[in-house]
Amino acid sequence: MELIIAIMIGCLAACGTRMLLQRSLFRVLIGLALLAQAANVLVFTAAGLGRGDTAVIAKTAKELPEGHPDPLAQALVLTAIVISFGVLAFCLVLLKRTHRRTADADVDALARVES
Amino acid sequence: MEPIAIALPVVLPLLLSLVAWLLRDRPAVSRVFLPAGLAALLGSALWLFSIIHASDVPIRVDFGSWEKPLGISFQVDLFAAIMVVVAGIIGFAGALFAMGEIGRVIWRKGYGTFFFLLLAGINGAFLTNDLFNLFVWFEVMLMSSFAMLVLGRGKYVFEGATKYVVINMVSSFFFLSGLGVIYGKTGQLNLDEVAMRLASSGSDPVILSSAALLLIAFGIKAGVFPLYFWLPPAYPNTGFATAAVFGGLLTKVGVYALFRVFGGAFGFLSEIIGPLFLVVGAATMVAGVLGAASQFHTRRILSFHIVSQIGYIVLGLGLFTQGAFAAAIFYIVHHILVKTNLFLAAGAIASTGRSERLEKLGGLLKGAPLLAVLFLIPALSLGGIPPLSGFFAKFLLLREALREEAYVYVVIALLVGVVTLFSMTKIWGEAFWKESPRPGGIEKFRKVQLVPMAMLGSLTILIGIFVDPLFRLSERAADQLIQSNPALVQSVSPPPES
Repeated sequence: MELIIAIMIGCLAACGTRMLLQRSLFRVLIGLALLAQAANVLVFTAAGLGRGDTAVIAKTAKELPEGHPDPLAQALVLTAIVISFGVLAFCLVLLKRTHRRTADADVDALARVES
Repeated sequence: MEPIAIALPVVLPLLLSLVAWLLRDRPAVSRVFLPAGLAALLGSALWLFSIIHASDVPIRVDFGSWEKPLGISFQVDLFAAIMVVVAGIIGFAGALFAMGEIGRVIWRKGYGTFFFLLLAGINGAFLTNDLFNLFVWFEVMLMSSFAMLVLGRGKYVFEGATKYVVINMVSSFFFLSGLGVIYGKTGQLNLDEVAMRLASSGSDPVILSSAALLLIAFGIKAGVFPLYFWLPPAYPNTGFATAAVFGGLLTKVGVYALFRVFGGAFGFLSEIIGPLFLVVGAATMVAGVLGAASQFHTRRILSFHIVSQIGYIVLGLGLFTQGAFAAAIFYIVHHILVKTNLFLAAGAIASTGRSERLEKLGGLLKGAPLLAVLFLIPALSLGGIPPLSGFFAKFLLLREALREEAYVYVVIALLVGVVTLFSMTKIWGEAFWKESPRPGGIEKFRKVQLVPMAMLGSLTILIGIFVDPLFRLSERAADQLIQSNPALVQSVSPPPES
């Protein structure tokens, strides 16, 4: 199971990188979204996947039972999802403003800043 | 009292940001509220520093009494306390400058709120002892910096901001992946616990890959070679106070994270990482200073110099000795004060000479002699002229490099110092010395803008006078940084007997 998800993370990161290298700013944004998802799933998986169990630990348990999903990792991912969603929303608005100002959704529009 | 003192530098700006949001419709009030709030923040930072200074060991607070590994803890050692104080000073100086610069419309959009949130994020990143918590504070800091950046009125502000936002999101991806891998491997996120477990596990491929991910993440944020390219387009296009605070603090938070993680938890990799940092530091210095030499725009020159100065600090990290860490901490403090001051000077030059391009400037020595003096202090300090702070920062760092027999890097650092001085004389010669190319090209400037510059300038001079006690303080900070990590105590060579 871990192996399948690891391959999936790889695919997400690869697609994200590919989109990031495109000329269109909108595709760059999609690339960023894919990369953020890859990182989220990575954190989720790295802590170990337990099958058929929820991440809730019994009240009496003092330690995490063997093979049980780690609730802390899931809490971390939850936070990371919220953060990446917020930043993406900001980024979308920013790209829209850049696009309106430069009348151009191409990365070349960004090069003018250097001169 | 200790828990309150430790939480206050983060909690206070968070609360003040809410108040600032409520006050945003009254620009006249917001204008005064921002520096007043930041003065209070500086006060709380000094309080924290006095407590940490009096204590011999770092002080830890577990929030909600949850102990590690479940709880989040702040751990404050001398290095963190020094950084919080410096952040307080820079925030206060930036706010004073913003009083004179920021217009009504931008106050209404909530400039003060984002300013406070930025400081909360920066202080959180300095104080936290938890890797994921560090990630969250980085995001708080970045989100408010995004907002402040686009509130600037520069011509290409959106283009610069797009680069900045995209590269920082990529950096966050690397950071999150790196810490996910560490958590999977060690089951810990607390930096001390991670350090303990990593020291015993040695360098297996999983650990090395997470180290590489974190190195890229912090490298982007710190602006080291070859990951600095986002910085020069972003800073010169935003507001002056904003650029001054960013230029002073933001990249240094990345450098601080490099010290915490690679000087701390990953210290056992010093044999691989040390030489890498030396090369990266030297390349950063050279690339930054050459970039600056080719520019003819005040803030663009200064932006490239941020990059080049980061190189010196990374060099200190790469030497991996206690003395070099101490010198690097001294260098960070000097550099933050001087760089913010130069960016403020660029703001004052622009509002006085009505341009940022060197060919359009001129005659400021006659028109604004006080500004000329206040520019000269940080400029000469950056170039390393004694008896200002920059000379001692460079001297202490290079003395350590000589002890370690890293002669090549000493030569590079000295040459870069010369070129730095050349850049500063270029601004001096063009903006101050030569005649103004336009008749009547000098505006009357607001004296208010000179107050924060005078404040930072006098601190630069004071550092030059009180080198010895300040360096001993840095030595204590470096000592605590090394003692915090059992693996590093063995790998870092002890200070020479002298």
